[in-house]
Amino acid sequence: MTDAMPAGERKPLAPPVDETGIIGWGRKNLFSSWGNGITTIVLIVGVVWILNWFLEWALFTANFTASTGSECRGGGACWALIREKFRYIFFGSFPYEQHWRPLFAVITMLAMLVLSADRRMWNWRLIVIWGVGSFVTFLLMFGQIHIPLSLILFVALVGGGIGLALRSALATPSERMAYYALIGIGAVGLVLRILGILPKWSIAIAPLSYVETSLWGGLPVTLILATYGLAFAFPYGILLALGRRSNLPLIKGLCVGFIELIRGVPLISLLIMASVMLPLFLPSGTTIDKFLRAQVAVILFAGAYIAEVIRGGLQSLPKGQFEAADAMGLNYAQKTLLIILPQALRVVIPPLINTFIGFFKDTSLVLIIGIFDFLNTANQALVDPNWAGFPGEVYLFAAFVYFIFCYSMSRYSKYLEVELNKGTRR
Amino acid sequence: MAATARDLSKVESVIQLKGVNKWFGQFHVLTDINLDVKEGEKIVICGPSGSGKSTLIRCINRLEEHQRGDIVVHGVTLSNDVKNIDAIRREVGMVFQSFNLFPHLTILDNLTLAPIWVKKMPKKEAEEIAMSLLTRVRIPEQALKYPGQLSGGQQQRVAIARALCMRPKIMLFDEPTSALDPEMVKEVLDVMIELAREGMTMLCVTHEMGFARAVADRVIFMDRGEIVEQNEPEEFFANPKNDRTKLFLGQILHNH
Repeated sequence: MTDAMPAGERKPLAPPVDETGIIGWGRKNLFSSWGNGITTIVLIVGVVWILNWFLEWALFTANFTASTGSECRGGGACWALIREKFRYIFFGSFPYEQHWRPLFAVITMLAMLVLSADRRMWNWRLIVIWGVGSFVTFLLMFGQIHIPLSLILFVALVGGGIGLALRSALATPSERMAYYALIGIGAVGLVLRILGILPKWSIAIAPLSYVETSLWGGLPVTLILATYGLAFAFPYGILLALGRRSNLPLIKGLCVGFIELIRGVPLISLLIMASVMLPLFLPSGTTIDKFLRAQVAVILFAGAYIAEVIRGGLQSLPKGQFEAADAMGLNYAQKTLLIILPQALRVVIPPLINTFIGFFKDTSLVLIIGIFDFLNTANQALVDPNWAGFPGEVYLFAAFVYFIFCYSMSRYSKYLEVELNKGTRR
Repeated sequence: MAATARDLSKVESVIQLKGVNKWFGQFHVLTDINLDVKEGEKIVICGPSGSGKSTLIRCINRLEEHQRGDIVVHGVTLSNDVKNIDAIRREVGMVFQSFNLFPHLTILDNLTLAPIWVKKMPKKEAEEIAMSLLTRVRIPEQALKYPGQLSGGQQQRVAIARALCMRPKIMLFDEPTSALDPEMVKEVLDVMIELAREGMTMLCVTHEMGFARAVADRVIFMDRGEIVEQNEPEEFFANPKNDRTKLFLGQILHNH
């Protein structure tokens, strides 16, 4: 071969034979030296031994069919307990013959989450998916929904306002008229309602028997607390993060104060305040549902943490991005929504999902104020004296269910990172 | 030599700076800057680093706030009034040293963003304008790529096209070729020279003296926050009056 040969005509050399294939890979990575080889063998033996012990306990000597705890004793795992109790673990004290309702509520919520995980849905479809999904979920759980007139008017007002703010640049005159009409109807209606001219009236959708939140339990409770906790905490956290970087001292001060205050106390203390102390301050006669109070506490708490994660993303953007947007004449809202947030959120996907996973599990703390989330119902299943003495099986099962959700989120985080950075990497 | 030889004294002023002063904390970055820019005039601003030249042009579109004096752009006086700032930013395009393209948007979306959102232009029309500008800077085939996939020179040409998409009356260039590899400087300068020949009003902070000779009507030398000397390019390079100018020119021309 001469040096004068152009690079393109050189034949590529094949790699050394002993570095390819399974044997080559193993020789290179597992048995490259004596010490390395011994470590590999010891670890393999250890893993096989533990796996063997676990499978023996969990499968081969396990009891799947016993009808009482005493029949179970002596052998391996007592999965019969899970078989006996799984409906309670999953659905808590929800009326037994109505268990199809929380089941379908869980399926609806999962469908809603899976659909909104798809990037192609990130537009007006998301609003439809969450609107329909939430309505079906809560209709199934409550059985009856009363929508008061004032709420409808309020939604019209806010919806019109948001539509006008976001679409002002792109809307056709007729679309704009529709937003003005919504705002007008909402504002005038609310004033009339407050003055007492419009009657207290509500739409009742009541196809099923009413089940109050104190009877809810199990997986739907965990899913509702986590899903709606994070769905509200996310935009709220974004606002807090933006507020913390505001030039207006008052807004900045409020946001910093809120974040530091919330981060400075344990979630448990916030939950206890919401469940025990808040009612003391309310005028007598008014009650706010305990479940709702816990939900709000979770939202406030998660919001503060999410805000700090997002702030990290905002700070990672080069100053030039803000300047370019300014120089082009974009206003604050346009700059934030079109330039800053899309980039900042991309950067913080891993820590953001990490926070989400943390909060999914932290919802289990609501057991402290007597709400029966999934971990709490699993806990309660142990109380039955007929089945005493098998905590390992129950907690392992609960851990397995939590793991499925958390691992899915982790995989989704990976997918999102790749998907959102498509094309933008060099 | 000016590309368009004409008597500038009869042309209307588009930018006027009167006694502009600015401080960064205790540091006096701009001292009593007086500058009158006529329509269609091309001005090159040079000077050692830290002399305030970037700060000066960044004051014109309010990326920096000046503390004393008046800046009038197209008859609009810069103040804290957001309306005035927006009005000026619509007339003034800017190109940055580090391009500052939006990495999450395609080239085409980078160009159409401001026309659609600021000027409320229909998307189709904005895209037509964007494509014609990309053709003008000779990279229409890159329209659907992302900034990260382009070379530095291509990115800077996109940045120029993006600024032009708003149909500005004035263009500010803040060291547009300083971040580029040497072999890419020419492709960007060619685009800028073309733009100058078409009669755009330009303020350009640069050390490309060839560019100054080719298109500038006036070269301004700044040092320590002051305009030390200004003159037509021929005269400026041949007979610098001030000692600081001489020193600076000696240093940079020595390298070329």
